[in-house]
Amino acid sequence: MDATATSTAWARQLRLWEDEELAGALARSPERRAVFETESGIPLKRVYTPLDAPAPDALELPGRYPYTRGPYPTLYRGRLWTMRMFAGFGTAEDTNRRFKALVAAGQTGLSTAFDMPTLMGYDSDHPLAEGEVGVEGVAIDTLADLELLFGGLDLERLSVSMTINPTAWIVYAMYVVLCRKRGYDLTRVSGTIQADILKEYQAQKEWIYPIRPSVRLVRDTIAWSASHTPRFNPISLSGYHISEAGANAVQEAAFVLANTITYIEEVLKVGLPIDAFAPRLSFFFTAQSDFFEEIAKYRALRRIYAQVLRDRFGARNPESLRLRFHAQTAAITLTRAQPYLNLVRTGYQALAAVLGGAQSLHTNSFDESYALPTEEAARLALRTQQILAEETNIDAVVDPLGGSYYVEWLTDALAGRILSLMAEIDARGGMIAATESGWVQAQIADTAYTVLQRKARGEKISVGVNKYVEQGPGPAFGVHASDPAVAARQLMRLEAVKAGRDSVRVQTLLSELKHQAATDANLMPITLDLVSAYATLGEIVAALKDVWGVYRES
Amino acid sequence: MTAVTPIRALLAKVGLDGHDRGVKVVARILRDAGMEVVYTGLHRSIAEVVEAAIEEDVDLLGVSLLSGAHLTIVPKLLDRLRERGAGDIVVMLGGVIPDADAARLKALGVAEVFLQDTPPDVIVARVRAHVAKRRGGF
Repeated sequence: MDATATSTAWARQLRLWEDEELAGALARSPERRAVFETESGIPLKRVYTPLDAPAPDALELPGRYPYTRGPYPTLYRGRLWTMRMFAGFGTAEDTNRRFKALVAAGQTGLSTAFDMPTLMGYDSDHPLAEGEVGVEGVAIDTLADLELLFGGLDLERLSVSMTINPTAWIVYAMYVVLCRKRGYDLTRVSGTIQADILKEYQAQKEWIYPIRPSVRLVRDTIAWSASHTPRFNPISLSGYHISEAGANAVQEAAFVLANTITYIEEVLKVGLPIDAFAPRLSFFFTAQSDFFEEIAKYRALRRIYAQVLRDRFGARNPESLRLRFHAQTAAITLTRAQPYLNLVRTGYQALAAVLGGAQSLHTNSFDESYALPTEEAARLALRTQQILAEETNIDAVVDPLGGSYYVEWLTDALAGRILSLMAEIDARGGMIAATESGWVQAQIADTAYTVLQRKARGEKISVGVNKYVEQGPGPAFGVHASDPAVAARQLMRLEAVKAGRDSVRVQTLLSELKHQAATDANLMPITLDLVSAYATLGEIVAALKDVWGVYRES
Repeated sequence: MTAVTPIRALLAKVGLDGHDRGVKVVARILRDAGMEVVYTGLHRSIAEVVEAAIEEDVDLLGVSLLSGAHLTIVPKLLDRLRERGAGDIVVMLGGVIPDADAARLKALGVAEVFLQDTPPDVIVARVRAHVAKRRGGF
């Protein structure tokens, strides 16, 4: 049968089905809801057929433009996704012990959580750091801390991801110096810093400087990394936090792609060709609870990214066109009520990420609605991934949902909506303007409020919270407690490092940093000199505040 | 006819914590319930928040904390309010706070600790009840 004959046959079969099966079924018992739709509000039919599937010219295969079906032709048959559990607390020694426990449990990459003062550019002895040193992540003040953090871990074998943003360039500099000291070949060092500052103003809200100098730091990092650490990802363009702050799948995808366009335009301005740095742009998305919408989201993202890189920026290297992403299950869906249910939620969300072709995955621990995870809870979350990878046979076929009438249709539907939203951002003058005006933040907050109302009305179910509620005390389990002695231990090391360094040299280099910041120079070389001289993260940040000022949300 | 003065609330983020999804949503919930709500924005100091609460003459100070720094921040905030003669302002917390810590903070004078997934109508009802008690005390 040719395509037209097939369509005609399907249209006829569909009509017959509606008359002979559907009409009777609906007459006997109506459907449970008048409208079925995705979490982002895309209305859904009750069944999909080839009439909804892609046009015949879209013959898509994995590892081939436009990469909808996956970035690589063999995907998990060649290499399983990296199991990368986000971990960090206390001092560098505390987190180093957790890293080693996770590696011993079979983890294949490291992912570092830093404490709030490190993320925001304050040393552990700053008054604003009080009560926050080593609480939400590990405290890093100087290169000495980073040396201890990764002590005894083979960084040529384990890739390291570091979730850090406004101070990312400093921690990246520390990492480079550490690798040099260990005698590693920098051209072979792999790893990732998040460094996606735009989504900070939009969602996660960790910032220091005004938007434009902050984007310049990202530009400097990407440009320096391209010529010195070509296997390192100098940015992880992140939808995760945008989603956690409230955005739906369409908003998450469109805002990330619009942020990507902004960074690319900035780096192109320093004269670097697109194919010199695009291969190392990496991504980070949420795995939310709408199973098929999430799978279709990853597929649509890969397709649009390849199109934008090829058609808008003229990229030619296939490595520039492949969207590679890390996924994390959605912390916002974790409940305090009946907390063991979080294990189940996380398992389904992880399945969506893997069916969507993730390169790397973090699974949340069931106790994270209470506190940072215990070692036992983190191990359960890791084992969830190991079951998926090694018991289910899910690794055997690339893009197993490709060709599903529904998934293909939903991929197209999401892509259409994502492109519309991206066009609206372009019309608003791009992502920096749309963020400075607060428009992006308002879009995210509006969706968050809608979700809350739907939960309050019982339209959006959270099992254990607004349905199947249990009274009385929940299960007893040990919760991670912060060690009150952490700050004192950290301050002792900071004092010792400061006493042992050449402080005159540090001051000279800080003056030089300020001087260069007022020009358009790349700030990575001077930052490498600073961290080598054991300048603190807080000193480097403060010096640039003198030049650029600070950001204040309007 | 006697008009009831609307409840006035200051919602605040203290310290380095940037999680503001919850506080923004609660601001809308209280506004939708007819209250007058001022939100401080992010990264405020304890002193700034206390002065703002006094200046805005609020019934309620709601503090959102998801950073784990609540045991450091909240006792200092309560002390500061009392020092400034504003110890009668109702203080409520929201965020990620372990049960044992929530009990300790309530013993120090925090009226309510709202954890994740507290329904909006519960928040509004508790705010109204505590503020009525405060106003009735005059």
